[in-house]
Amino acid sequence: MATTGQEEFTLDTAAELAAKEGGSQIQGKSPWVLAGRRMRRNYVSLAFLGIFLLIVISCLLAPLYVSQVSHIPQNDVRTGATVVEHGKTVNVISQGGTKIVNGVPQIVFGGVPIGAQWGAAGGKYVLGADELGRDVGTRLLYGGRNSLFIGVTSAAICTTLSVVLALLAGYFGGIVDWIISRFFDLVWAFPVVLLGIALGTALSVNGFHHGPINVSSGSLWIPIGVISFVFIPYIGRPLRGQVLALRNREFIEAATAQGAGPVRIMFSELLPNVASSVLVLFTLIVANSILTEVGLSFLGAGVQLPNPSWGTMIQEGSKLLSTAPQISLFPGIAIALTVLSLNVFGDGLRDALDPRAKIRIEHG
Amino acid sequence: MLLVLLAVSFIVYFIFIVIPGGDPAQRIAGKVATQANILAIRKKLGLDQSFIVQWYDLVKALFTAKLVSYSNQTNVVDQIKQGLPATFSLAIGAGIIWFGFGVLVGTISAVTAGRISDRAITALALIGISMPVAWLGLILRFFLAGDGGSGVSWFPDGGYVPLSANPAQWFYHLILPWLTLAVLFIGFYGRVLRSNILDTINEDFVRTAKAKGLSSRRILVKHVLRASLIPIVTLFGLDFASVLGGGAIITETVYNLHGVGWYAAQSIASEDLPPLMGVTLFGAMFIVVFSLLVDIAYAYLDPRIRLS
Repeated sequence: MATTGQEEFTLDTAAELAAKEGGSQIQGKSPWVLAGRRMRRNYVSLAFLGIFLLIVISCLLAPLYVSQVSHIPQNDVRTGATVVEHGKTVNVISQGGTKIVNGVPQIVFGGVPIGAQWGAAGGKYVLGADELGRDVGTRLLYGGRNSLFIGVTSAAICTTLSVVLALLAGYFGGIVDWIISRFFDLVWAFPVVLLGIALGTALSVNGFHHGPINVSSGSLWIPIGVISFVFIPYIGRPLRGQVLALRNREFIEAATAQGAGPVRIMFSELLPNVASSVLVLFTLIVANSILTEVGLSFLGAGVQLPNPSWGTMIQEGSKLLSTAPQISLFPGIAIALTVLSLNVFGDGLRDALDPRAKIRIEHG
Repeated sequence: MLLVLLAVSFIVYFIFIVIPGGDPAQRIAGKVATQANILAIRKKLGLDQSFIVQWYDLVKALFTAKLVSYSNQTNVVDQIKQGLPATFSLAIGAGIIWFGFGVLVGTISAVTAGRISDRAITALALIGISMPVAWLGLILRFFLAGDGGSGVSWFPDGGYVPLSANPAQWFYHLILPWLTLAVLFIGFYGRVLRSNILDTINEDFVRTAKAKGLSSRRILVKHVLRASLIPIVTLFGLDFASVLGGGAIITETVYNLHGVGWYAAQSIASEDLPPLMGVTLFGAMFIVVFSLLVDIAYAYLDPRIRLS
């Protein structure tokens, strides 16, 4: 991971690269094969990719967790329920009342959800309950499904749109470039979270009903649409610059001379040359989309209750931090671990593919 | 710049009036609207008129401070003005912390590249940019502030004390929000600066400075850092503008600082759109103005740009 200045600087000069990576061994190999070789040696990056995949698989197995372990569905409210803990019956949500401590009666406040049981309650409430008696473990997995789905889908939509826009702007130049660049500038001019909640709130009033697209309020596609929109300039701007620089190179001229049309040049000549940057930016945008989803849901402008997401769980738990910290604590750890693994993997990917890619992200 | 602002206002109009569909009057009035309210809005926004007129009216209402929240009838511009002291205090303090520490951390990391301190800083920076701000804020507040049950109450439990009322309490109340907001940026700036410095060290002018016999400290501060800081200044200008304009919504909400971002967050639940319109336009305005300032600073810091 930690490369010295020398290594980083010489990564794109072929001769020194060759010397570093075993001389003639790399001759005739494609950049992708070389990047793959560099990636395989980066054990830290691979380990974090493993962590990320593990989180994704666990979340995908959420229904299995419900049927085999917790037996409590994700939105199942059980305020009056009890569980058997070490042979003892315990209320899931504690009852208020009085308790005699050393002969002095004391008032005990109720409404405290049961804490993490780990294995004590036979698979139920492994990570405790929330204020409605729902299983935090189950909701953590289902919330992860929503958060990851939103993160990956919106990053994919955002990347696709910005790649097309950047190719159009870079290839055609002139008025097309001007319009697309001004569009990037405009979206860029809004603070990410502010634009996110503005769009999220406006859309959640009664959904989006224009033309063939019908999205009802409360749908996951609203945060997906919002997040993929706000990040467009963050990928589009750096890519446009790269395409613009490639546009005047000889191989584009050669393709034009061969009679290749604009679409062919954009997608089979220009796109492969920016593909490595796109891959790196995509990884980092997934990480940032997940964080943005958390922020929007925390503020109530993302995933709508009772659907769980890591962001809504943190928000729900924020009121009960002192008595039931598990509700906010576990989703927070899950997010930090997911985003960290994506960031480390993205860094490794960038070192292997494209040491110059940089990205600016803000979310407060 | 005025053109950009005009376009920004058009996007705001588009987001709030056109995108959702249905009856805009009903929607702007929010969930708790009365029939009279809806009629008044319909008349006021001239919803029977063409969209250019509607847009013009909206912009006029914003700039003449006549935009009114429909859930509690307060004036949006007045509310934003009330939020300014808290937001500015948060932004300026956090900005100083994150810029200072970001530069410090990035420089140390680059100078000791490959060594243990660099690795530790890189790891910490990665963790810093991976934590959700809402969660970090809640956890810090829970463990270090108030009597949240952790037994430690070194800091007050959120809230804002005006600087003019009590400077010591103002500072004391803002320490945790500053740190929460700064952590993410420190990690990010440190990483960017590290890679910039490592790029700059290999430039010809640095070799020339070395050949002239300058001390390595002088080369670092006067030559390398000066060139490497230029992109950081751009980042800082935009991020700082975003926070000044109410972009630190999550931090303000977690710590109950009644600033501009907090005001926007309050209107989410009631689906009260006018405050969101006002704050969004306000935030965008700051970014537009600051990107102009950044361009000017850029020309000053980097003569290469002035000449080209």
